[in-house]
Amino acid sequence: MFYVSIFFQYAAQYLKTRLTYRADLVVEILSDLLFQAVNLIFILVVFGHTTTLHGWSREEIIFIYGFFLVPYAIFTAFFNIWDFNDRYIVKGEMDRVLTRPVHSLLQIVIERMELESLFGVITGMAIMFYAGSRLGLEIHWYDPLVLLIMVIGGALIYAGIFITLASISFWSDSKTDLMPMMYNIGNYGRYPVDIYNRLIRFTLTWILPFAFVGVYPSAFFLGRTDWYVYAFLTPVMGLLFLTIAVVLWNQGVKHYRGAGN
Amino acid sequence: MGNSAVYLEMIRIRFLMMLAYRTNYYSGILIYSINIGAYYFLWQAIYGAQESIQGMDAAQMTTYVAVAWMARAFYFNNIDREIAQEIQEGKVAVEMIRPYHYLGVKTMQGLGEGLFRLLFFSLPGMVVIWLAFPITFSDNFAVWGFFFISILFSFIVNTQINLLTGMATFFLLYNTGLIRGKRVVIDLFSGLLLPISFYPLWAQEIMQFLPFQAISYIPSMIFTEAFTGTEIYQALGIQLFWAAVLIIPIQLMWVLAKRQLIVQGG
Repeated sequence: MFYVSIFFQYAAQYLKTRLTYRADLVVEILSDLLFQAVNLIFILVVFGHTTTLHGWSREEIIFIYGFFLVPYAIFTAFFNIWDFNDRYIVKGEMDRVLTRPVHSLLQIVIERMELESLFGVITGMAIMFYAGSRLGLEIHWYDPLVLLIMVIGGALIYAGIFITLASISFWSDSKTDLMPMMYNIGNYGRYPVDIYNRLIRFTLTWILPFAFVGVYPSAFFLGRTDWYVYAFLTPVMGLLFLTIAVVLWNQGVKHYRGAGN
Repeated sequence: MGNSAVYLEMIRIRFLMMLAYRTNYYSGILIYSINIGAYYFLWQAIYGAQESIQGMDAAQMTTYVAVAWMARAFYFNNIDREIAQEIQEGKVAVEMIRPYHYLGVKTMQGLGEGLFRLLFFSLPGMVVIWLAFPITFSDNFAVWGFFFISILFSFIVNTQINLLTGMATFFLLYNTGLIRGKRVVIDLFSGLLLPISFYPLWAQEIMQFLPFQAISYIPSMIFTEAFTGTEIYQALGIQLFWAAVLIIPIQLMWVLAKRQLIVQGG
């Protein structure tokens, strides 16, 4: 209960600050839409030069992209920790966080949330419906439930990977440019992973499991039965990666000595 | 200019600052290689059985992708975010009374960062990529020369756009949206994700009139030898044109910004 009320108090504060700079808020929502459009344009341009991608049609790839946007939107709304090292470790903000009686990771999540990113959920759903109807997919009674589980699983995978990367800062406070590059790698989970060689496929499945935030769960809705095992692993991988990340984070906080002055 | 030594010093300091963090860059090379590798296989799948698309074969495309990302390490910088932050924190007021041009300093810091990444990131990265993937390097010395001139212009044009985006904070006060939007636009319109020649004709016609092609498309096309002969000179001409033209809005914005400077908070 305590955490719920803390969350809503932060959310209210957040809305107040954002509404102060309305012009920027509008630009930000537009730039999010633009970002979502860019990847769609990439797919459209590419399929202007080919009809299938390793046996997957344009609509199927678009569907995967639509799915991806939903967990990704949830991730970006709540896990804005790509600049954790700079903002919290180097500038010493972490000390402030640690003096407060709420779990440090949770504080950072609610401090840094960007609720307007949740618009991506709508875009993603719209793209999925568009592609799904072009493909003639039927909606079963259990689909919304499965979708919810897959989306949560995917968001947790993203969260797990980025929390793990942020945790590195507790041991080494020097700059890494890993986070922005990781965002790029996330894009490759949206294509049928059998186009890659074994090393990259393995990486995208088990090490940086971005394929579970794209092609694997989508395979369930697209009726690609040979990938169902992977599809159902999505929530398991999500929980696993988040658990690893939180354990690492807690270890890191214990190790943390402050940035000095 | 008596204070060109100051600017050189700015390049040196930023370079040394980056050098202190160099170990992290080796892990960065690994991640970049995965990135380029995945892109390579994606393009293999797109090509499928096709020999060439828009006059580029799969090998040229791989080289294009690799060089586009490696060149990005040189021209890319975050000075738009740095400027925005310094404006918001009010530091810019102090910077303005110092005996150098604030924008010049920012540019030099970006150059120091870029030179560091070129030497410690792009060059070793290119070797790794070259070992792992079938990339073809030109044996024509002139191509390399044109390429280096071209990425210098990439840096200039990209930095100019960053200066403009950063300075917009003077007017918007809070600027994360525009900075993010700019990055997306550059990824798409600069030819980093897709060569401009792959776009539908109407889109290509629009992009011809935009400065973004000068950032990634032109150096990459020169490097892959997809541009030959007079095409190279024309392309460099376009870069020079934009590098010159963009000075105008920068100066204009700078003058206006100084006039309406509001230091937020104290």
